[in-house]
Parts: sequence; structure tokens; C-alpha cells
Amino acid sequence: MRGMKLGGRTTMKVRTYGRHFKEGSKNLVRNGWMTFASISAVTVMLLVVGAFLAVIMNINHFADSLEEDVEIRVFIDRDAETSEQDNLEENIDTLSGVDTIDYIPRDEGLEDFIDSLGDEGDYFESLREENPLNDVFVVNAENPEQTDRLAADIEGMDHVENLEYGQDIFEQLFSATDFIRIAGIVLIAGLLFTAIFLIANTIKLTIIARKTEIGIMKLVGATNSFIRWPFFIEGLLLGILGSILPIAALTYGYDQLYHAIGERTGLDFFEFLPPYPMLLQISVLLVVTGAVVGVWGSLMSVRKFLKV
Amino acid sequence: MIQMQDVWKTYPNGVMAINGMTIHIDSGEFVYIVGSSGAGKSSFIKMLYREEKPTRGEIFIDDKKLADYKERHIPYLRRNMGVVFQDFKLLPGLTVFENIAFALEVIEEKKDEIKRRVMQVLDIVRLKNKARFYPHELSGGEQQRVAIARAIVNNPSVLIADEPTGNLDPDTSWEIMHILEEINDRGTTVLMATHNREIVNSMRKRVIAIEGGRIARDEVRGTYNNES
Repeated sequence: MRGMKLGGRTTMKVRTYGRHFKEGSKNLVRNGWMTFASISAVTVMLLVVGAFLAVIMNINHFADSLEEDVEIRVFIDRDAETSEQDNLEENIDTLSGVDTIDYIPRDEGLEDFIDSLGDEGDYFESLREENPLNDVFVVNAENPEQTDRLAADIEGMDHVENLEYGQDIFEQLFSATDFIRIAGIVLIAGLLFTAIFLIANTIKLTIIARKTEIGIMKLVGATNSFIRWPFFIEGLLLGILGSILPIAALTYGYDQLYHAIGERTGLDFFEFLPPYPMLLQISVLLVVTGAVVGVWGSLMSVRKFLKV
Repeated sequence: MIQMQDVWKTYPNGVMAINGMTIHIDSGEFVYIVGSSGAGKSSFIKMLYREEKPTRGEIFIDDKKLADYKERHIPYLRRNMGVVFQDFKLLPGLTVFENIAFALEVIEEKKDEIKRRVMQVLDIVRLKNKARFYPHELSGGEQQRVAIARAIVNNPSVLIADEPTGNLDPDTSWEIMHILEEINDRGTTVLMATHNREIVNSMRKRVIAIEGGRIARDEVRGTYNNES
């Protein structure tokens, strides 16, 4: 006769994990439609999360690239003489924090402008006779943060008609990013709860269907954690299976988009993030999110139903 | 060894099931628990395997206080006792072999060991040839034998049977009784709640009669009723 074992918690054995895995996946098949509904909920949620992430990452990347080359375009007074232009350049050069100064004569500027328009540029050929553009200094700051100060200093100098720098785009971009972030978070939170709720319900069905079995398990001395494991795995599988389709769709979709856009000219100011490693990062995040949501849902219903 | 010291059980709905019970059962005993429905037999049995907790008093099994078991240690208590019910409680989707092996799987026994022990208990309940059958392919008596096999496959020190012959015809009931007696002969304490007068009177053992939640009678080699 064996003595009574008080406590003596032994760690779970490998073959036991195998059993739990088998049981957990059996439950998925047994619950058929609820499994399908749960996986679909996770799929929809992760699709939105994935798309949202791709957009946010691209916007951040865009913001970074803007920040990297914030340049000030100084439009020189059209009346300024060459010597006066040279003076201006020297004055700018003496400012601290100036990295480079490029001079773009107005003829070259017009040329670039017409070229950039492609076929439509033909309509502007007539402008060559009376160029409306100014000569321009393109000033680059050593440091993006200095742009504001440099712009203010340059603006006060003689023969500066006007200047232009990325300030406006910046502000617009950031307010747009904020909006997208908030909208995305609200949407994702809603979908997250739906997914967790559906998973919890699926697992609840399993638990109800297996009530007798659980009762017998308890009777013959199964520990609570032993009883919980298959449900835990069922939830985990629901979450991970739900992440497959979003990852595939996102990988394919983004790749197509990247190549389609990449082949078009004229959008060179906005550069998409290359698919790798961004898609890999997003995929990992989606699998993890799916798994967490699945486990969370399963723990929610198991805790309620397995009170012993 | 099972001991109860002044045990009371009142359910939250006010039903007073057990009202001051003191009992001592030695290892290796065979005890019938008799009494009419509602006398408190079920509560008595449920407290033994810790399905219910006493409201007052102490229960000891093998010198260990049940009250000292933390919730998470109860599984280990149950591994040391087998429980058999009137309705067998077999899993319909599993074969005879799997149903018995189930009790060993949940305590994470090795595969070879599971096979050896299951075949051993199948021999005791004389169902070796039906290992691959499903419960619905068996008679009631055979199903109860499977349930008994599952209850003893852990080598428990105590076997608790709650009206094990309640659903069986007289001949089959005797089959079950012989098996229980055999298990008892191997040293396992057997506690059997029953309404079966004929069995209690023919196979004489200790009888504990419960009435109104108290012990009305406790006799060695007793009978179902007082007068006989």
C-alpha cells in the first residue's frame, strides 16, 4: 500500500504534454463551428492589427526620413545681383549649424520642374521664355532640430524673398498619425474583446461537453493544472491558427503593393518600407498577439468553470 | 484507517445531514453503511473523499487530518482512495482498457507501467478478454467491474463504494460482492453504502447504520435491520 503524498508537486512529464496537446486539438475538431467562429474572430482582429501596424510603421518611417533631410529652401530676391547672392551665401554660411548650401539657378529649377511632370510638363514649355522661378539656396542643417532657428535667421537677411521648409508637412503628418493611432487602438480593442469572448465561449462548450470526464479526472486524483492544460492548449491553438491567414494576406498584399508602387515614378518623396524585415516583425507580433488572446480567453472560462 | 470525531455537516440551505458522528474504522476492514435514503449516507461518503467539508469536527485518514489538506493537495488524497458509484461513471468514448488507464494517465504513470497495472486489475475483475470493448457493449455488471478496476488500479488503501449494486440484478450483484471481498482480502479497506438487505444479511461484515445523521447502530458481523 502506498503512503499518502501530501504536496510533493512533481514537474510535468514530457509525454503528459503530448497528451494535453492531443486532447486540446481533439477539442478543436469536436467544437467545429465554435472553433471556426473563434478563429475567424482572431483572424479579423489580427488583420486589422497587422494592417494598422503596417500603416503606422510606414508613417513613422516617412517621418524619420523627413526629419533626416529637413532642408530650407531660400528663394532669392529676383533683383539680387550675383555679388549680392554671393554675400547672402556667405552670411548663411557663417550661421552655426549649417551643413551644406546648394545653389540651384532658376533655369535648372525650371528644368527639374518640367521634367518631374513628364508628359504634362509640355504645357509649361512656354515658361522657358519667361522663367517665373527664383534662384534658390538649399540649406541643410547639421541637425534637424536647428532647422527652425536657421530658418528664422535666414529670413531676416537681405535679398531673401521667401523661404520654405518642412514645418507644415510635419505638423499635418503628426496630427494624421495621432488620429490613425487612436482610431486603430479603439478598433483593435473592440475586436480584441470580441475574439476573447468567442474563444472563452468555445472553451466553455468544451468544458460543458466534458463535465463528466472532468468529474472523473478529479475523482481519480488529477491535479487542477493537469485538467486545465488541454483547455489552455485549445485556446493557444485557436489564437495561433487565427494568425495564419492575416500573416499570409498581409505578406502577400504588402509585397504586391510595395512592388506596384515602387515601379511608379513621381512618388519618390514617399518611400515604402521594404517588406523585409517589417513583415517578419509584424508576423511575429501577430502570432504572439493571437496566442495571448487565445490563452487569455481559455483561462477566463476555465477559471470560472473549474472551481473545485 | 478512517476516523471521525464529532463530525457535523449542515448544508448552506439549512439541511442538517450529519449531526455528531464519531467513528473508527481500521485498515483492512469491510464495512457496510446502511440507512434509508436521506439518512446521511451520501454526505458521510462525500466527506471522506473531500467532495464536501464537515461544518464541525475532524476527519482523519491514515492519521492525516483532512482539514489540513490544502485545496491543491486534494488530488493526492484522492489518489489514495478509489470510489465506485451506482451509475459506474465510465467514459463512453473510451474502451475498457482506456477507461482504467485513464486513472493512471492523470497521475502521469509510465506507459509500460499503465499497461501492466491495467491488465493486473482486469484480471482481478475477470474482464481481461473485454479490454477492447466499449462500455455500451458490456452488461451492467461488467461495467461496474470496470469501474471497480479503475478505482483500485492506483492501489488505494481505501475503496469507497456508493451503492455499487444499486442498478444490478441479484446474480450480478453477487459477482460484484465477491470481487469487493477479494479486494478486501488483499488488504484494502472497503466501505460500501448499500440498500441491499440480502447481501448485508448473507455476507456478514461490520454494519454501521445511519439514521438522521447519527450512528444508530455499529455492529461487527451485523445485519441490515436490528431484529434479524
